[in-house]
Amino acid sequence: MNRSAAPGMAIAGGVLVAALLLAFAVGQYPVSFGDMLDVLVAKLTGHAPDVPAAVESVIWQVRGPRVVAAVLVGAALAVAGTAFQGLFRNPLVSPDILGASSGAALGAVLGIYFSLGVFAIQGLAFIGGLVAVAAVYMIGSTVRSRDPILVLVLTGVVIGALLGAGVGLVKYLADPYNQLPAMTFWLLGSLSATGVADLVPLFGPVAVGTLVLLALRWRMNVMSLPEEEARALGVPTGPLRIAIVAAATLVTSASVATAGVIGWIGLIVPHIARTLVGPDFARLIPAAALLGGGFLLVIDTLARSVAAIEIPLGILTAVVGTPFFIWLLTGVSKTWS
Amino acid sequence: MILSGHDLSIGYSDRLVGQHLDVALTTGEALALLGPNGGGKTTLLKTLLGLIAPKAGEVQLGGRTLASYPSRERARLIAYVPQSHIATFAFTVETIVLMGRTAHGGLFSQPTAADRAVSARVLDRFGIGHLRERPYTMISGGERQLVLLARALAQEPQFIVLDEPTASLDFGNQGKVMREIRALAAAGHGVLFTTHDPNHALRAADRVFLLRDGVRIAEGKTEAVLVREQLEALYGAPVETVMDGGGGRKAFLPG
Repeated sequence: MNRSAAPGMAIAGGVLVAALLLAFAVGQYPVSFGDMLDVLVAKLTGHAPDVPAAVESVIWQVRGPRVVAAVLVGAALAVAGTAFQGLFRNPLVSPDILGASSGAALGAVLGIYFSLGVFAIQGLAFIGGLVAVAAVYMIGSTVRSRDPILVLVLTGVVIGALLGAGVGLVKYLADPYNQLPAMTFWLLGSLSATGVADLVPLFGPVAVGTLVLLALRWRMNVMSLPEEEARALGVPTGPLRIAIVAAATLVTSASVATAGVIGWIGLIVPHIARTLVGPDFARLIPAAALLGGGFLLVIDTLARSVAAIEIPLGILTAVVGTPFFIWLLTGVSKTWS
Repeated sequence: MILSGHDLSIGYSDRLVGQHLDVALTTGEALALLGPNGGGKTTLLKTLLGLIAPKAGEVQLGGRTLASYPSRERARLIAYVPQSHIATFAFTVETIVLMGRTAHGGLFSQPTAADRAVSARVLDRFGIGHLRERPYTMISGGERQLVLLARALAQEPQFIVLDEPTASLDFGNQGKVMREIRALAAAGHGVLFTTHDPNHALRAADRVFLLRDGVRIAEGKTEAVLVREQLEALYGAPVETVMDGGGGRKAFLPG
């Protein structure tokens, strides 16, 4: 089984490496592969690199942080989508199913409305995502039903709609010349303003959440069976569901706080990963992380290079994601049935 | 070891399904649960498995109340074979069977080499070792039922509880499941299964429990309890008994 997964994992890793090379090479100040290697080796050995100072600055200050953020956000969204699809036993579920994105969006537009600083806006987005999912979970748990999963999903849809109305209200009240463009740009997703200082609050939660999910990988396999079967196999589904939802929400909220709302990645990347390495979470989570990171990096490279102005990430992912999703619905894929 | 229900009231939060039910299953015997649709068979089954709590009364396992068992400990004593279903994700047959080993490992553990050995053994035991690498979603209904049986056996439990194990199986596979139930009981497991066919109870069960509208109609040795009058009362429909001229074995025909 591990043998058959190796090629798929190699492809996923290859996609990420290719995306990294592309991302550094493309832009207003292209960096060649040789220059990049030079700068890396110089950094590791402590020597002065044999390249212009501008190249060094592009790599460490400008493009580097943005590339790292794109990889982290893409990986986070893909890992969260993988976890939610397994938990809800539904391959058409995305990380915002429980309201993480809409909660984060409301937090962020409120921050912009009150003219707060960048970090306060990110903090509000992060808290908004966590609070929204916690509320959905608590409301869903008070409804007594034989199908707790369905109740949870429906509660998420309803609360998400309410939060969406809140976002609409704030946009309606916002100053249309200064605040509204900033809100719209943020809601469509962007990494254009990402700097070195953004990486720590992004990396911490993404790493913690992903490690929790990786640690529970076998239990997540079992929990993708029907609820009663998983319990009869000795898995305490109630507490574990809370742990998985919390971990997936943590990584989603951190990535939304950094990059805004970027749809589709958490929906389609887990599918591609599953076709490559199969449904076992021990391999699916790493494969989804590699692919998601590579995918968003390619999208972000396109976003900053194909037009004179930055194209919002959410628009590009939707353009790529919609045809892919329709292809999924036509039943070409055999990874699920 | 004994798995037993004492004066059980069973049902869901909004609905009472059955009352005053006493049932006991000892290791080494097979007990069949018979009754019409909606009579409470599956609810009683799930109550004895600890998947739903009794509304009154108590389920006991080995002299202790079942509710006091942590889920892992319970899963090492009782295994559940649900009606076979289509899985959402295309896990391999081996992975599905390895899931039976979950209760033998810790919270963060992966299956070990020893777990793989157990799963290989039970797959061979049911003659489906060749399906190991196949996706569970791509095998036949009969094969899926055997995979679920193998998973239950991989739990190395004292009791195995099966929900309509012969439903949707062809005639040959029904026979195969009947034989496996007898073999499991002979090997010392306590086996409880529900069925719609009294002949399956005749074939595989030491004792039968007749349940109608949440009330016990009769319980006892299979040969003694399963007679025409009893079945006609249970299903509210005429039944004909046919006897084998030589061996004296009997079977029932509906209608």
